[in-house]
Amino acid sequence: MSRLICRGELVEDRWRWIDDDEAPAAGERLILPLARWCAQRAGLDATRSGVWLGPDDALAPLLPWLATIPLIAIRFPVFTDGRGYSLARLLRGRHGFAGELRAVGDVLRDQLYFLQRCGFDSFALRADQPPDEALAAFRDYQWEPLARR
Amino acid sequence: MYRYNPADQQLVDDRVAQFRDQMSRFLGGRLSEDEFRPLRLQNGLYVQRHAPMLRVAIPYGTLASAQLRKLADIARRYDRGYGHFTTRCNIQFNWVRLEEVPDILAELATVQMHAIQTSGNCIRNITTDPFAGVAADELFDPRPYCEIVRQWSTLAPEFLFLPRKFKIAISGGAEDRAAVRFHDIGARARQAADGRLGFEIHVGGGLGRTPMVGRLLKDFLPREELLNYFEAILRVYNRHGRRDNKYKARIKILVKDLTLEGFAREVEDEWAWSRGGPATLCEETFRSMEAFFARHDSAPATADGACDQAPDPAFSRWVARNVSPHRAAGQAIVTLSLKKTGVPPGDATAEQMDGIAALAERYSAGEIRVSHEQNLVLPHVAHRDLPALWQGARALGLATPNIGLLTDLVCCPGGDFCSLANARSIPVADAIQQRFDDLDYLFDLGPLELKLSGCVNACGHHHIGHIGVLGVDKNNEEWYQVTVGGREGERGALGRVIGPAFAAGQIPDVIQRLLEAYLGARHEGEHFIEVVERIGLEPFKARVYGGAA
Repeated sequence: MSRLICRGELVEDRWRWIDDDEAPAAGERLILPLARWCAQRAGLDATRSGVWLGPDDALAPLLPWLATIPLIAIRFPVFTDGRGYSLARLLRGRHGFAGELRAVGDVLRDQLYFLQRCGFDSFALRADQPPDEALAAFRDYQWEPLARR
Repeated sequence: MYRYNPADQQLVDDRVAQFRDQMSRFLGGRLSEDEFRPLRLQNGLYVQRHAPMLRVAIPYGTLASAQLRKLADIARRYDRGYGHFTTRCNIQFNWVRLEEVPDILAELATVQMHAIQTSGNCIRNITTDPFAGVAADELFDPRPYCEIVRQWSTLAPEFLFLPRKFKIAISGGAEDRAAVRFHDIGARARQAADGRLGFEIHVGGGLGRTPMVGRLLKDFLPREELLNYFEAILRVYNRHGRRDNKYKARIKILVKDLTLEGFAREVEDEWAWSRGGPATLCEETFRSMEAFFARHDSAPATADGACDQAPDPAFSRWVARNVSPHRAAGQAIVTLSLKKTGVPPGDATAEQMDGIAALAERYSAGEIRVSHEQNLVLPHVAHRDLPALWQGARALGLATPNIGLLTDLVCCPGGDFCSLANARSIPVADAIQQRFDDLDYLFDLGPLELKLSGCVNACGHHHIGHIGVLGVDKNNEEWYQVTVGGREGERGALGRVIGPAFAAGQIPDVIQRLLEAYLGARHEGEHFIEVVERIGLEPFKARVYGGAA
């Protein structure tokens, strides 16, 4: 996962994304699927354990622990699936999540500006997306939205 | 009228630059067709049967003369000299060239216009009553709220990839002239017993493949909460609306699946959190927005009887059909008919657009409205100017005295242009207008709404026509299904199919028989739709199908 934009810069990813059946190595920073994170939470190193959500995952199991979770990733199966935008708004606005909020999956240059507006601050781009063009995307609009005026 | 502030202008300018870059990446092969599609649709650009089509937004159907002149200019320079006004109060150009679209958008931005969100699975153009702000029966002017919702919904980042398109209508009149119960969200002006202003909110209405009348979600929403509440509805829809089947993806299906009560609970839960929050509207916002829509009631008023000086029967007919009461004494609302026989309904040439812009400047404070019946409205006309305006409109071919009559029919572009269509609609509309061109007969028939769509997507709103005609495909042949009994407004209802479909050539005869059934059954002064509601469909079916039905 090399093409990562975090808070406006291209950076090396320090997290490893694992699925339900993959075994972690000692000391790794891991992003776990919601069900696995829930099941293993008590035994995890909280500072090194993130969680990833699919677009139809419920937020309820995460809510009591939001203050201690360093990273939540939201997966976009296709870029036209807009559910992740609402999940981000809920996590940031309604539930006050302050950690890293990462968009993963079918994450393309032309959606970055809008993802950011919903509260995402890191973006694991789809492998074919040119990183320089992607960085430029955050400057697509200079306009100030109604809510900020 | 609303005027852009620097932030609004920045937005449309930024958008032009963004789309120019996207178009160039697409043409250069660096953006795939699938990735480009939603981007171009959210800029109003369709790929159609003959050529790309560009749909330009006319927010809540309001245009200034300078904007209409720009549309004429675009029609001339980038299209074939005409445009088509749609049932959602936008305008479509049917013959644009793909690579020129960024230039057209740049032209639009010079007159505070754009094509943002005129297509795609996002919040579309907000529509309202074409008589907003001037109607005699208005509780309050809905346009300041339309503009607030326009600003909120434009590039609303959370709602650009909804399960399906999303249409909002807001109306302020005692009579609903915006078909609010046939929108995803429909809001009607209301005043609480304590004097507070607000809205009655309907949800889940719509036409298309699965037509439904909207359900009453909230009987009084205080106006300060408009955006908080809309956001709650949209968020519930965005999270839970179906995405597995595009034909079941509209909010009406979600409301049905969750039940109205279940859906309302979800919305209340979201709203409970946002209520009173940062997006709550304040008095200052209302006041500053209302100032943009200050009335033109101060225009020199003359006696109401100014129209009786020239008893030209043609003029009287036009006044009877095309002039509506204005809230101010001495003023009137004039509807210019885009339904002249021989011209596709809703079409206007560049010359007509320029002519209308000039008439509006001279007689209507430079303002034009687009109605969802595909006509243009001049909202601020002094009574004493009516004869001169009539002459001017007549010279432009826009004074057909048929507003609200059979030949004022609503019609989508159909199979002649649209790649979704199953059948052509314009030739059928033309055949109907040709058959029923006798004004005495039309006036005798009285108010009658005929609406025609070339496919189930129902852009021609056939479900809510008193008579509806729907083009269907049967073994690669065009057939037309006829419905009777639909209506808009307070008592909105969906038309019912009268029986097996017809060939195009039979439609004028079918309409003729429906009219005969009506004329045979009507009581003094009774309108077509009232007779349908009194006697039901059977006598109409019997007249059309004889013993066979």
